[in-house]
Amino acid sequence: MTKKILILLFILIPINANALIEVDITRGNLNPLPLAVSPLSIDEESKKGFEKILKKENIGSEISNVVENNLRTSGLFNPLDKKAFLQAPDIANLKPRFEDWNLIKAQALITGKVNYVDDKLRVEFRLWDVLAAKEMMALAFTTVPNNWRRVGHIISDKVYERLTGEKGYFDTRIIYVSEEGPKTRRIKKLAIMDQDGANNKFLTLGNELVLTPRFNPASQMVTYLSYFKNMPRVYLLDIETGTQEVVGDFPGMTFAPRFSPDGKKIIMSFAKDGKSDIYTMDLENRIVEKITNHPSIDTSPSYSPDGKYITFNSDRSGYQQIYVMKNDGSDVKRISFSNGLYGTPVWSPRGDLIAFTKLHKGKFYIGVMRTDGSGERLLTENYYQEAPSWSPNGRVLIFYRETKTNSKGEGFSAKLWSIDLTGYNERQIKTPTDASDPSWSSLLSN
Amino acid sequence: MRLNKILKNTLLILTACLVLSACATKKEVATEAQGQMQGDVYTGTDTVKYLADGVPDRVFFATNESILTTASRETLRAQAAWLRKNPKINVVLEGHADERGTREYNLALGERRANAAKDYLMTYGISSDRITVLSYGKERPVDSGSNPLAWSKNRRSVTVKAN
Repeated sequence: MTKKILILLFILIPINANALIEVDITRGNLNPLPLAVSPLSIDEESKKGFEKILKKENIGSEISNVVENNLRTSGLFNPLDKKAFLQAPDIANLKPRFEDWNLIKAQALITGKVNYVDDKLRVEFRLWDVLAAKEMMALAFTTVPNNWRRVGHIISDKVYERLTGEKGYFDTRIIYVSEEGPKTRRIKKLAIMDQDGANNKFLTLGNELVLTPRFNPASQMVTYLSYFKNMPRVYLLDIETGTQEVVGDFPGMTFAPRFSPDGKKIIMSFAKDGKSDIYTMDLENRIVEKITNHPSIDTSPSYSPDGKYITFNSDRSGYQQIYVMKNDGSDVKRISFSNGLYGTPVWSPRGDLIAFTKLHKGKFYIGVMRTDGSGERLLTENYYQEAPSWSPNGRVLIFYRETKTNSKGEGFSAKLWSIDLTGYNERQIKTPTDASDPSWSSLLSN
Repeated sequence: MRLNKILKNTLLILTACLVLSACATKKEVATEAQGQMQGDVYTGTDTVKYLADGVPDRVFFATNESILTTASRETLRAQAAWLRKNPKINVVLEGHADERGTREYNLALGERRANAAKDYLMTYGISSDRITVLSYGKERPVDSGSNPLAWSKNRRSVTVKAN
């Protein structure tokens, strides 16, 4: 679908390894770092060139807006109002007058310029520490003009990484289920969009019910559940080519699929005779392995990032709880022990935490616990919410939330939300239709 | 002083009684308004379609349960009798859950409920070849309400003619 795009990256000046400004992302950030995103400067000729291809009046400002929006929604940065800027973009990029930026209380400054070179988009940007009056980073990219939003995301990731010391999550996509129509007859389609909601596309037509899409580590393939021909089975979709194939063609329902961290296997549940067990299928040789064997419901499996362990959901104790086992199904241990029901465990990409959905006294929570079940922390409470998915850096969770209907059964909605691991920065992610079952891709570049 | 205290206590008890009786009446009204539920299993017939004359198409379950109630068994026996009389008809048992559970677990729960119905039909002489099980989890509620009565109607296994 989307062509893989080559982005050339040059480092203009070696990055100074000594941190100047630092942003601590391990705590809830109540004082986001004030920073100025000066619009990328652009000469008249380049402006005309891009206007013709992209139908955008000033692509420099557009890219800056992408960066500004990303940094703001991270909750860690407070991009200042452009009206207060004293220095013009082109001059600021050459040599910022730090006193001017200091005056408006900017602690960091992003400047840059855009050029139209041989039908290509060339962007360079710099990150400055205003207080220390020093350049922190300078990079340049060349790519096809259509890729301008991704350039904005890559700049955001570089700035985030330079200032927090951890990889960003902006050059990523979300696959989810688009929902429309009355609650009793929902039409569901697979949809994909950039992490910031741009470039929304539908991948299926809504002829059959589809649920729970999940990316593989390369973010090119998606595994999901489809009711094609009224047979709920696990499918594989190549989002580049649009090819779909059934992978869970068992004599019964296969569901709850996810990829192994190396992308070579799909782990899923197979329901038969009232029992659901966990299976894996090797995508290369199609060898199927039964991982759990219990008369209970075993579902929602998720691998640890090293692939050695699997966390899953089982009601073998009588109620839904979270378990961890070795990847061959041995050494099963229950890890959730507090009051309430637990579902949808997902292992953090950092390996140290498991995110989950909890139902307790009629309320639904998204929370995290350590992989031995200790240190449970509930991040958000609501009428209904479930299915957390981690940002690739393990700092943010995306999930979906449904509203309660009134006495006439009206007022139902399903929306995507995200929250930081700190429990702060809870926000809705806008989608063209109602939405559920989000899955976050890995970083598309690098 | 003392008398005062006794009086006060009596008053307190009186008020407590008043509150309690008010509660009791309210509760009764509430249950009635909720329609037909026993425990949290739906017992009403208003949404039930019929496979044939006098043969309801669905059975209902308690929260998180797949155990068949006495009423469910009666319904399934009627279905089995009708299926024995109509040996060419095959059925799909569609298992459903309410909206108060995670999607994946509910898919499994719907399958477990439909299988409970299937097992019962089989003990009354219906061959497993004639029965297909299909779980919809919480994807196809019949009642879009967010209340215990609506949820009880949605926790169901529905027997649908396949041909």
